[in-house]
Amino acid sequence: MSGDSGSVALRAEGISKAWSTPVLDRVSLDLREGEVHVLMGSNGAGKSTLAAILGGLVPADAGRMTLGDLPYAPRSRAAAETAGVVMVLQEMNLFPGMSLAENLFLDRLPSRFGLVDRAALHRRAGVALERVGLGDLDPRIPLARLGVGHRQLVEIARALDRRCRVLILDEPTAALSARESDLLFDHVRRLVAEGVSVVYVTHRLDELPRIADRISVLRDGRFVAEHLGGAVPPEQLIEEMSGRSAPQGSAAASPPTGEVVLAVTGLERGARVRSVSLEIRSGEVVGLAGLVGAGRTELLRTIFGADPAVAGSVRVGDGRAGLSRSPRQAVAAGIGMLPEDRRHDGLLLGQPIRVNALLLPSQPPARRGWIDRAAEREAAEAIRTAMEVDCTSIEQPVGQLSGGNQQKVVLGRWLAAGCRVLLCDEPTRGVDAAAKGTIHRLLRAFVGRGGGVLLASGELAELRSLCDRVLVMAGGSIVAEFSRGWSDEEVTAAAFHQAGPTPARATSAVEAGGRP
Amino acid sequence: MNRTRLGGWGVLVLVWLGLVALFGMLADHFLSATTLTTVASRLPALSVVAAGMTLVIIGGGIDLSVGSVMALSGAVLGVAIVQWGWPLAAAIPVAILTGALAGLGTGLVTVGLGIPSFLVTLGSLEICRGLTYAVCDSRTLFIGAAIRPLAQPMPILGIPPTVPVALAVVVAAQAILSRTVFGRHLVAIGANEPAVRLAGIDTATPRVAVFALSGALAGLAAVFASARLGSADPNAGAGLELAAIAAVVIGGTSLSGGSGSVVGSLLGVLVIATLEAGLAQLGASEPLKRIVTGGAIIAAVAADALRRRWEGERG
Repeated sequence: MSGDSGSVALRAEGISKAWSTPVLDRVSLDLREGEVHVLMGSNGAGKSTLAAILGGLVPADAGRMTLGDLPYAPRSRAAAETAGVVMVLQEMNLFPGMSLAENLFLDRLPSRFGLVDRAALHRRAGVALERVGLGDLDPRIPLARLGVGHRQLVEIARALDRRCRVLILDEPTAALSARESDLLFDHVRRLVAEGVSVVYVTHRLDELPRIADRISVLRDGRFVAEHLGGAVPPEQLIEEMSGRSAPQGSAAASPPTGEVVLAVTGLERGARVRSVSLEIRSGEVVGLAGLVGAGRTELLRTIFGADPAVAGSVRVGDGRAGLSRSPRQAVAAGIGMLPEDRRHDGLLLGQPIRVNALLLPSQPPARRGWIDRAAEREAAEAIRTAMEVDCTSIEQPVGQLSGGNQQKVVLGRWLAAGCRVLLCDEPTRGVDAAAKGTIHRLLRAFVGRGGGVLLASGELAELRSLCDRVLVMAGGSIVAEFSRGWSDEEVTAAAFHQAGPTPARATSAVEAGGRP
Repeated sequence: MNRTRLGGWGVLVLVWLGLVALFGMLADHFLSATTLTTVASRLPALSVVAAGMTLVIIGGGIDLSVGSVMALSGAVLGVAIVQWGWPLAAAIPVAILTGALAGLGTGLVTVGLGIPSFLVTLGSLEICRGLTYAVCDSRTLFIGAAIRPLAQPMPILGIPPTVPVALAVVVAAQAILSRTVFGRHLVAIGANEPAVRLAGIDTATPRVAVFALSGALAGLAAVFASARLGSADPNAGAGLELAAIAAVVIGGTSLSGGSGSVVGSLLGVLVIATLEAGLAQLGASEPLKRIVTGGAIIAAVAADALRRRWEGERG
């Protein structure tokens, strides 16, 4: 383990980056030689963006970097790799149908007379696999035969074979089992002993004591704290990651009084939805909080029937309890959904607002299958007016609208459909502040008329301002519930519940931050 | 009806008039009743098949089996008239029904098993051709006078009755596409199927139905083709799917689905038929005809791609 004395392998100073909103604000980082430097932070803290900038995947807007003594400004991932900085991506960049050896050396296959030199390829692949403890695997087998954990190791082997000086791992254990994680930690330790410097992005507190030489905490794109060594009290880290915002809103939660509009019981789907039960009452907006991968999107999709459930039941109002086998059944029962990726899953980008706003089983208005065009225009104009969609006319293609106006079109569709329950997955992501306010107002108006909303968001401020209650998900289950007046610390602590060092400690963190 | 679509049709009409004018200058007898009859005889079968193909492609699929389905329907038509002695009025619905059933099977397999329609129809292309040989014992069935009048030029107009029937089919298919809920959902499915499914809309029924419709129109084309030849040929319709796809693409329909028009495809058929008739009158050899037709397809698609890019740049 190196101390402050080690020389700096990679230095980043004053790095800023903004997409539509600022993501990183003048963040600096010193990565010393032969250390594992952990980047911690909750969703949206900017840790993955910083890693991507270091790895050459995206350029920084401002700031400068030096690698050793030389200026470092990679224009691409390949340029970063040439300089010796290799990033292993969360989404793996491999080809299941090709052999391990081909995956490892795809961009530099050894050749003789223009033909791939298979003997050399397999010999080198064997050496590369040996380095990550997969030496017993035959490099000729297709990658598809390996599990996700081993594939991650193959990706790491690919990185290591590039004589890297700096290795960047972005949440590498997200897909690994405990045993595979152990294996990975051993390899990372061995690499560090060989002099490689590692940037390790994670939000899992339990990994820190085992892997971290140094921890940098980011929050809302800013550098918050640095710790030497991995033995930092989890309570302190949670506090740093979530900030100390005082509870807002009325402390006395108004008890839900309306009748139940959505009752979910024992819903199961694989590892991401584990026996989830919840109730939403008329007049309520219920928030879903949780870390990336906690299962929020999967829960909404399973309730909606977009992914089939294995067990459990869903009931809308006084309707029959059962499982939606398709969105068609869910919509017929009175559920609507604003999908996370509205461009891919919600809209026909080339089609006009008129078509998109009326994309429903019962629409457009028709007589015996023939569209009533006057009534259609009228209905589309009504949605446009009610949703305050900013456009030239209802004939404008939705692909030309801003994110906020696109979302208003999808929302207007469901409100016009007369559904009782709306499932919203990150409804204001990529939406400007004005449209965000409008969408929030429209959702409140919807529940005011007797509807119920279940809303997943990674943004605690949104959950705070909009929701009557917040359910926290971790590892596919609902682990906590808060009424109005919760603090960021409480919710963050609960979200880390499963990822935290031990359940007992996470609980104590909740209590420590648990001001009413 | 939006302006861009009318603009697209306008360009095609201009191209077609340009071809007529060109061949009119180059060939002495191009502007004559004979040419009209030649073009008109080619038109009906191809345009109704292209109409069905347009709907399939707009819905995000493709139907390679239309040529074989047409041959199968023709064989059933021939057997019904020649061997069973059925009247024409009874045999025609059976031929259309045969095509519809073949298309229905294709649609059910495609949607039910979730296999790309390109592959399913590649298979049904072979199956239907095989069934055709089985039905008519691999021989051309001579139908003769029973069906000929359908293809004879009508007095005064100079075109056979099959032409107005085909035009009516094209108009009806265009109306279904742009004025019905089925057509609306078909376009939506072709544009973004997951989004349509997540809107709670039944996507399976329109996707199956459009193949049945395409099959039925191939059956109708079999009636037109048999009328023109006075017989049912088991080898009929070979390569018809490619001619139909070419017409659809020239007509401005996107091969990736989600946009296009049936009227455009009819104009595409007109352009192809005129090109072929004109080249024939100029005495062009068969190889040259094929080269020029192929070049025309590429030119049409390239022009369309350039236009889209240009419009995209303007915003």
